Amino acid sequence: MENIQIDMMTALPELIVLMLAMTILVADLFLKPKNKIIIYGLAQFTLFAAAYFTVSSFTSSVGFAFTNMFVDDSLAHVLKLMILLGAAVMFVYTRHYMQLRNMFRGEYYALVLFAVLGMMIMVSGQSMLTIYMGLELLSLCLYSLVAFDRDNAKSSEAAMKYFVLGALASGMLLYGMSMIYGMTGSLNLSDISGLLQDTDPKNPVLILGLVFIVAGLAFKFGAVPFQMWVPDVYQGAPTSITLLIGSMPKFAAFAITIRLLAQGLQPLTADWRDMLLMMAVLSIAIGNITAIAQTNLKRMLAYSTISHIGFVLFGLMSGSLNGYASSMFYISAYVLMTLAGFGMILLLSRKDFEAENLDDLKGLHQRSPWAALLMLITMFSMAGVPPTIGFYAKFTVLQAALQAGYIWAVVFAVLMAVVGAFYYLRIVKLMYFDATLESASISAPIDMKFILTINAVALLALGLMPQTLMSVCGAAIARSLQ
Amino acid sequence: MIFTDFVFYTLAAILLFAALRVITTRNPVVAALHLVLAFFTAAGIWLLLQAEFLAITLVLVYVGAVMVLFLFVVMMLDINIDKLREGFWDYLPMAGIIGLLMAVEMVMVLGGKYFGGPKLAISKPADYSNTAELGRVLYSDYLLSFELAAVVLLAAIVAAIVLTLRDRKDSKSMNVADQVLVKKADRLRIVSMPSESTSTRPAEHINEEKS
Repeated sequence: MENIQIDMMTALPELIVLMLAMTILVADLFLKPKNKIIIYGLAQFTLFAAAYFTVSSFTSSVGFAFTNMFVDDSLAHVLKLMILLGAAVMFVYTRHYMQLRNMFRGEYYALVLFAVLGMMIMVSGQSMLTIYMGLELLSLCLYSLVAFDRDNAKSSEAAMKYFVLGALASGMLLYGMSMIYGMTGSLNLSDISGLLQDTDPKNPVLILGLVFIVAGLAFKFGAVPFQMWVPDVYQGAPTSITLLIGSMPKFAAFAITIRLLAQGLQPLTADWRDMLLMMAVLSIAIGNITAIAQTNLKRMLAYSTISHIGFVLFGLMSGSLNGYASSMFYISAYVLMTLAGFGMILLLSRKDFEAENLDDLKGLHQRSPWAALLMLITMFSMAGVPPTIGFYAKFTVLQAALQAGYIWAVVFAVLMAVVGAFYYLRIVKLMYFDATLESASISAPIDMKFILTINAVALLALGLMPQTLMSVCGAAIARSLQ
Repeated sequence: MIFTDFVFYTLAAILLFAALRVITTRNPVVAALHLVLAFFTAAGIWLLLQAEFLAITLVLVYVGAVMVLFLFVVMMLDINIDKLREGFWDYLPMAGIIGLLMAVEMVMVLGGKYFGGPKLAISKPADYSNTAELGRVLYSDYLLSFELAAVVLLAAIVAAIVLTLRDRKDSKSMNVADQVLVKKADRLRIVSMPSESTSTRPAEHINEEKS
């Protein structure tokens, strides 16, 4: 029982998020509608308190807690910090939007914080059981948040699709895990990789289990051929929730992919890298080509997400520490870009109006040169135009894949990135060279404008000076995977 | 050994039959009752594996509580099964091929060639209590997962309430505090406007209103 204190201290950021999320639930009952802003402050406080304790526990060593089910290493620290900061930015962007739509309720913040907790658990999962529980917590919160605007038929439909397909994917992941457990007799990932060193890697049960696990992970990432839910959910969900689904959960998905494939099933690397290669190439192709045909901005960004995930898989499949680090860099860049992109949609939305069609961006430069410039940087970054962060991110993952010997796949990816540049640059054309259809001015709280500007500037600044972030990612991967 | 084999195959056959009926029957109530049968036979198989506590919990929790509640819900709903079945034959060829492929793969891989054998058979002494052992590991080795399961349930409760709780518009209940605190300005609006007389209004206007 004396260990429990050490265990609790190790998981302190998670405990803070849990406790304060429950406090928010209760406090919400006692607050008058006009004082609901306190809930927002409490939610931000939760994230910053958890971030503070995450930073203060930074060590280069690897620690375990809760009978080796929970790991506390550099990868977990860095990803948790990014998730918490991302959630704080998300709260800033979405507050005004939710207030205008009568969705500014305590439950919104509680559910998002529970989702954040699920992500943190996934990031620190050292046992297949912990990873699965974290994933379920995250998914359950996301399903209900998609349907949060409950009188909107499109949202309900999106939530239903997401729920059914998500449950299927969770089932697949669990089935794969059960087969790995059946073969090794252990749920602990480091034990599994140790036990697998001695067994025949061509054991069909292991391969079947691996296939199911990779399929489950691909669904959570939204990689082709498990991408069907992405466009519908992105379009149907309230934009604030789309922002959430498109951003931080990808960190968590990346973390469990590293934990499951690169740590636990490391002896089977030769098998899973072929699966990832196929998914990466298909994701980049289908994502970029289908995005061209979209007229809905949210749907277009959904297909753009699919293609970005393809690039992330490029780094993962190279199977080297360098490749994992470049993948981590890419996913950080992707989350920054997604926050800025959907933040922009939230900025342009008004009461009873969603700026979700491409036509809504027409002539944005005349209405607000500042907003158009931020969108320009974001789109250039997504397209991978230097000197933005998107360029450097694509460059590093493709370099890692090249070192691993995937020359033709890299050539194909570059060609597809050029195809993708078309639809990003079309937005720039709409903003700067077309006549505006709107006359309404852009009204948003000052803090949102401020953070959005910093977000877009960060895309540029990190593109010019990528070394800091790159070395953070490299160190986190190297320390955690030895 | 022969007798336990016989019991196992009987229970497994009933389980498969019940599971098939759950998805093929037209009546949702019958489907739910077949699910109850499936749970019972699964509990029987667990008893054969000497997992007594799990078997009893399955019957108590799933059959006794969950399925009974579920039956009530199913009876309340008016499910149009024909509408649900729409497009069944269009999807059948593709779904059938994929299902068959997966089934063949699984039979090949999971056919007992790799599982079973002496390494998985663990014998315990006769006085071994798996209830006590479950209780011990649940609150020590698996504490984190146990707590996480509690958080998942809490999140599910919050989500369910958020999505379904509505204030009824036709509710006749009175809030006494609101009634006491009400001020004249809340109920009465004094509008300042010039006085009007009917003679100033056009005559045809009045006629229209009458008709």
